[in-house]
Parts: sequence; structure tokens; C-alpha cells
Amino acid sequence: MAGLHKSDFANPVINWIDTRLPVFTMMQKEYGVFPTPRNFNYFWNFGALAMVNLVIMIATGIFLAMNYQPNTELAFASVQHIMRDVNFGWLLRYVHQNGASMFFIVTYVHIARGLYYGSYKSPRELLWIFGVVILLLMMATAFMGYVLPWGQMSYWGATVITNLFSAFPWIGPKIVTLLWGGFSVDQPTLNRFFSLHYLLPFVLVAVIFLHIAALHITGSNNPLGIDVKTPQDTLPFHPYYTIKDSVGICVYLIVFAILVFFAPNYLGDPNNFIEANPLVTPADIVPEWYFLPFYAILRSVPDKLLGVCLMFGSILVLFVLPWLDTSPVRSARFRPIYRLFFPLLIISVVVLGMCGAHKPEGIWVTLSRLGTFYYFFHFLVLLPVLGKLEKPLPLPESISQAVLGGRGGGPLPSGAAAKPMEKA
Amino acid sequence: MADTHGAAVSGHGPGGEVTKRDMIKLVATAGAAIGVGALAWPFIDSMNPSADVLALSSVETDLKPIAEGSGITVVWQGKPIFVRNRTPAEIKEAQAVQLSQLIDRTDGLDKQRVKAGHEQWIVLIGICTHLGCVPLGNKPSDPRGEYGGWFCPCHGSQYDTSGRVRHGPAPLNLPVPPYAFTSDTKIKIG
Amino acid sequence: MRSPRSLLGGLLAVLCLAGPISARAAEEHIPLPNEHWSFESALGGFDLASAQRGFQVYSQVCANCHSMKFLHYRDLSGIGLNAEQIKAVAATFTVPLGLNDEGQPVEGPALPSSRFRSPFPNDKAATAANNGALPPDLSLIVNAREGGPNYVFGVLTGYGNPPAGVAVAEGTYYNRVFPGHQIKMPQPLQDGTVTYTDGTPNTLNQQARDVVTFLYWAANPEMVERKAMGVKAVLFLVFMTGLTYVVKKKVWADAH
Repeated sequence: MAGLHKSDFANPVINWIDTRLPVFTMMQKEYGVFPTPRNFNYFWNFGALAMVNLVIMIATGIFLAMNYQPNTELAFASVQHIMRDVNFGWLLRYVHQNGASMFFIVTYVHIARGLYYGSYKSPRELLWIFGVVILLLMMATAFMGYVLPWGQMSYWGATVITNLFSAFPWIGPKIVTLLWGGFSVDQPTLNRFFSLHYLLPFVLVAVIFLHIAALHITGSNNPLGIDVKTPQDTLPFHPYYTIKDSVGICVYLIVFAILVFFAPNYLGDPNNFIEANPLVTPADIVPEWYFLPFYAILRSVPDKLLGVCLMFGSILVLFVLPWLDTSPVRSARFRPIYRLFFPLLIISVVVLGMCGAHKPEGIWVTLSRLGTFYYFFHFLVLLPVLGKLEKPLPLPESISQAVLGGRGGGPLPSGAAAKPMEKA
Repeated sequence: MADTHGAAVSGHGPGGEVTKRDMIKLVATAGAAIGVGALAWPFIDSMNPSADVLALSSVETDLKPIAEGSGITVVWQGKPIFVRNRTPAEIKEAQAVQLSQLIDRTDGLDKQRVKAGHEQWIVLIGICTHLGCVPLGNKPSDPRGEYGGWFCPCHGSQYDTSGRVRHGPAPLNLPVPPYAFTSDTKIKIG
Repeated sequence: MRSPRSLLGGLLAVLCLAGPISARAAEEHIPLPNEHWSFESALGGFDLASAQRGFQVYSQVCANCHSMKFLHYRDLSGIGLNAEQIKAVAATFTVPLGLNDEGQPVEGPALPSSRFRSPFPNDKAATAANNGALPPDLSLIVNAREGGPNYVFGVLTGYGNPPAGVAVAEGTYYNRVFPGHQIKMPQPLQDGTVTYTDGTPNTLNQQARDVVTFLYWAANPEMVERKAMGVKAVLFLVFMTGLTYVVKKKVWADAH
């Protein structure tokens, strides 16, 4: 393995570096000419969007940390200092605050896309598992970040969520005391949450690197869910998908900007404008919107331990999803029955989200139980059984045939797809 | 990324002439660069002094408790300010110094460094102009160097009773902060 | 291709995710007044004259019990006061000025850099002096209540006699909008409580509107700058979207 890399770059500086450490060759291979299925729709933008979002979160977070004080006496006031006195502090903070919501919107769409088009199936199981790890890390990071402003919702959210662990018999209360570093959420809790909130995003970067590395071994899935067979099925990543991702990034930034500049607190809770008070619980405790479906699952059963287990289970079930789905066909486009059930999954999650926002009484209890039931039914019963019973539609022979069908299924005129870069 | 490849597909016509597509790509790239550039400024500016730091009030200091021959340190904008009550002998000595004897000759005359009518008071920003240490010399018992003013323990710079550097490595005199006498025994710094 | 439909699908997903929040807002049972506020529209700013009158109402009435500890007198430039006016306004308040050289706390006229004068030295003192109810800090009050400006306006104008059959406990007052309808704060504003120097009629509604405008500014002092920057950012991004879309079309023309 030892020995210099023979670099093809003409620029002498790039060539000099590339000879010693072939990063440019790697970029060229993985993002330049990387063969990518030619039939992506715009749902395939959301991975790139999540990357952009993470970069935005890390950048704004680092600059916020320069002015934030992880101290129960100072935290709330230091956030107000950022909002009022630090130059553009309000911008950094509102971008970071709404960036969390944008991150979850983008990630949830990214996951839904994976579910619909069967992106978790062989050979992409490990890629999917890294994705679920990313989701868990994101949730932990978001939860701890929400505690930092030390408002009423921060404090009581932290209290309620950490108390979940007390449901486990015997060991539970010990875990909670350990998490708190005391006998209630207090200074040690805030301080360690700040430390971890700063650390986890970089762990996230590492796992995302693995997620992408695994992606570049298997190659991307595509809306048809069939394998790439010939070079005609693919396009080089650059410029085709760099430019397509750029369009998506612009649209995403418009939504982001409207939120930040015109409705920065639309997704927030008024209670978090009140400084944390350990003696007064707000009338309605609600987590941030992105946790609401899980919160509803937690509350859907009257038993504390069962509720906690269901809540954690709702995410853990995703780890084994590749083996629960027994259908050999990836894309829902060719699965007539799965296609009907998929919207039910989305609806159940949205309904659960609405249940999470309401007090668990009356109709909301029933709905949250129905939602929880369907969520688990879908993964644990429907997917294993459906794979065996469903008769999939006939799959197209190849991606190029399906996409360029008008030009016939046979070999394309040379240069039309294999070497599109040479066409003017 | 991967510009070598980008050039290959950027749509030069067969003769290599610049096409409309090149132009629009250029505009798009320039737009993205402008966007990223504009985005960088809020981050950079957030590190500049914030509004509360800029608004920091001035400091009022009472001179009565300062005995002749000694000085005190007050804090203004986070910096140590030396306020020293000079003896008549020190004043005379400071006034006698000629510009030719000095390392830094700007504001080198003693009368440029005190307020007229208040020659006994010298007010200085107490940060060595070499590398930022705080020199010794406010208390009569401190080492004050050969010139009777201040002595920097870090690298041995010496200042006279007017705060002028007389012995290196410091290159410049101790600066005089903006201040004014609000009464005979009170000054307002800032 | 099916791109437009896919985009629509994405948008729909976003809307679905936003659904729960609007559902939460719908839980409010007490109807709030529905005032028109210039600052609530997408591009609207503050009525500075109203905000300045509101500062007068706050200083003369609210400030007797309510602190605004996150504001400084220098911040008043945001409602249109110039440096001289701010200096003059600040000097009319006596605030703690730290320790003197003997280590004793001293008080004196406030400087522009001083925080707003707090009526009580700490929360306990404030609670004890107010019949056991802590008057909340008003720096962020408009953001800290469901309903925002309409809620605060509603409380200020919601006093009156309790409807027949509703008992009001000792030391509390009936308020239509306050949750539970029993508030420990006596009616702070009435017609003519504050005399305006600019000749604006000092009705209860006018004073309440003015102080709410002031409080909204106090909670969101960056709003005008934020919206102005937002217009530029969105216009730029729309332009960039169009541009990249055109480039995308041209690049992809090869591939179809």
C-alpha cells in the first residue's frame, strides 16, 4: 500500500498534495464522477439538505457558545444578552433554534423516503442502521440543547424526560440521579448537558461519515428500487446532482429564512420565555413538535414502564426493519398493497403528533392508542406478512429503459447516456 | 468540487467559444459566493464587542485617599488604570526630561501627559507596551526601576514618573486614557 | 418527470408536521380581543409614538411593581429616542451604581448603560410586598403568554364586575381574560391614568394599546432589523432558486 499516489490533476499545487494524500482524487471519485442512478426525484435531495443543516447548526452553535453561560443563575440572562446585545446574536440564535426544527423536518422526510422506496433493504441494511443511530444522536442532541436556555419548558422538559428512566425497576432511580448529578435537575445537569450538546454533533459527523461511506459502497437506491445494471443507468454526481441538490438547497433555505425572519417563535413555546422555576410547573408541558409522536406513544398506555418501553421501542424497531420487511421488492411503486398502507403509517405518526400536543383525555386517548397500535402493527405484523402475500407489479428491466423508454429499451445511441458529458 | 470535471461538461461549444450556459453558470456561482460571503459577516461581527460592552460607563475615582508618592489601580473597560499622586521632586524631574532622552517621543513632554493645573496627578493605562503585563510601582515599596516610575516584571521595561518608557524592550510610552477632572479631588475616566 | 408532484408531496409533509402546533393553539378557551397591531403583519414595524407613550405608561404605572430587568436605558434608541433624550430619561431614575471605594453600595441617577430600575431588590421582596403574588418581569411578557399582545391587552382591559354567581376571593379581582378570572393585580389602568404630553386622548384602550406596543418592542427589539433582513434574504434566495433551476434544466438537457 505504501508509495505515492499517481495523481492526474494538472494544477501543480493540487497535484503535489494529491500525490502525497489523494484527497482530491477521492473527492473526484466520490463526488465528481461518482455513478449515481439517473432517475432520482426531488426526495433524494433531503440527505444533502440534512448535511447543510448540520453544518449550519454546528457553525451557529459554536458562535452561540462564545456568549452562552451554562450556569443556572446566568443561562437565561446570557441568552437574552445574545438576543439583545451581541452583534447579530438574534440571528445566530434564531437560526440555531429554528435550525433544529428544520433538521427534523428534513430528516423525517429523508426517513419517509427511505421507507417508501425500500432504501433499507439488502444490501443497504448497515447504511440504514447508521441512519437510525444518527436519528437517536440527533434526538439526544436536540433534547439537551433545548434545556440550555433554561426557560420553564427547558427545565420541566428535562425533568420529565430524565424521569422516564425511573420507570425501570431498581436501576431506574439510580440512573436518574446519575443523569442529574444531584436530586433534581440543577446546575450539574445543565453543565453536563451543555458539554454533551457541544460534543454530540461531532459524534454525529463521524456517524454521518460512516453513513455516507456505506452509501458509496452500495450505491444509492432509486425511485424504481431496482439495481443499477449498466453505465446507462447512471449519471456522474457532478454536475447532475450537485446542481439538482443546489436547487433543493435554495428552496429549503427559503423555507428556513421565512421561519427565522418572519416567524422565529412560531414553533416555540411561550413558557420558554419564562425563566426556569423549580417550584412551579407550567400548566401544559409539551415537548418540541418533533418529539410529539413519541410523547403520545409514551402516554398512550396507563402503565409507566410499558409506556417508556413502547416509546423507546418505536425507534428501536427501526433497527430491525430490514429483516421485518420480507418483500423482495424495494420500491413501493411496485407493491400495490404496501402502497395503500404506507399513507396509513404517515397518518398514524401525524395523528400521534397531534395527540402529543393535547392533554391525554377524551378522544385523544383513543386516537393515541389507535396510532400506537397501527405504528407497531405496521412494522411488526404488516411488513413481515405482506411480503409473503403481496404480488408485486412487474419490475422494469433497467433504470435507463424506464427513464428513457421513449427511445426504446435497446442500447442507447453511443454518447447519449454513457458519456453525456461530451455532449454539448 | 471537482472542477476539472466541471470544465469538461460546462458546455463549451465545439469551437471552444463561451456559450450562454457558461455565462449563467458563472452568475449562479457568483451568486452562491455572494450568499456565503454575506452569511459569514454576522458570524465574524458577533465576535466584536457587544452593545453592552460598548456602552460600558465611565468610571469615577476619588483622589483624596491617594497619599503623595503612591498610586492606585482602578479598572476601566477591563483594563488597569494607574492613578498616581506625584511628589514635587518627581514632578520637577519629570518636567526636566528632554525629548532627546526618550525612546518614544510622541506625547513625550510631561505637560502633554497631565492636565494643566493638576500636575501632581498622572493617569495611565497600566499595560506594558511590550507584551501586555501590568508593571509594578504604585506602592512606594514596589520596585520602580531606575527612573522611579514603573517597572515591568515580565521583561524588565522601565517607565519614569510620567509613564514614559526609558528602558526597553517596551517600544512605547504608557498611554493616557481619556479622563477629566470633575472636581479638584475627583476624576472621571472614559 | 414527476418532480412537481414530488415537491408538492414534500411541502405537504412539512404542513402535516406543522399541524400539531396549530392544534395546540386551538386549545385556548377564553376568547381574546382581536386588536390590529402594526407589528404583527409580515412586514409591519412599530408605531414609535405609541411605543414612547407606552414607555411613559410603563414608567409611571407598571414600573411601581414590575421590573424589566433585561432592558437598559440605552435600548430606548429602538423606540426613537436620541442619545440626549436617553441621557435625560435615564437621569430621572435612581438606580444602584455598584460599590463605592469603602465597599458600600451607592445609588445615583441612572446612566444610559444602566439597567431599567427594578422596583424591588429581589423576587422575595417583590412577592412579600404584593400580597404573596410575584409581579412578573415584563421584559419578555408578550412572548411569554399564549396570545401575545392580544392577551396582555385583554388583561389590561379585562377588569370589571364579576358576572352574577361568580365569587371573587379576598384580595383578588375579576378579570375576563386572566386564566381562572381571579387576578391579584388591582386594575392598573383606567381612563385618564396617565397624562400624555402629545395630546393623545388617554382612554383606557389607548393606554393599554400603547403599553402593549412598548412591551412588544421590549420583547422583540430586533424585529424591524430582522424583517428588513428577511426581505432581502428571501428575495435573494428566490432569485438564486430561479437561477439554479435554469442551470439545472440546461445541465439535465443532456441526460434526457
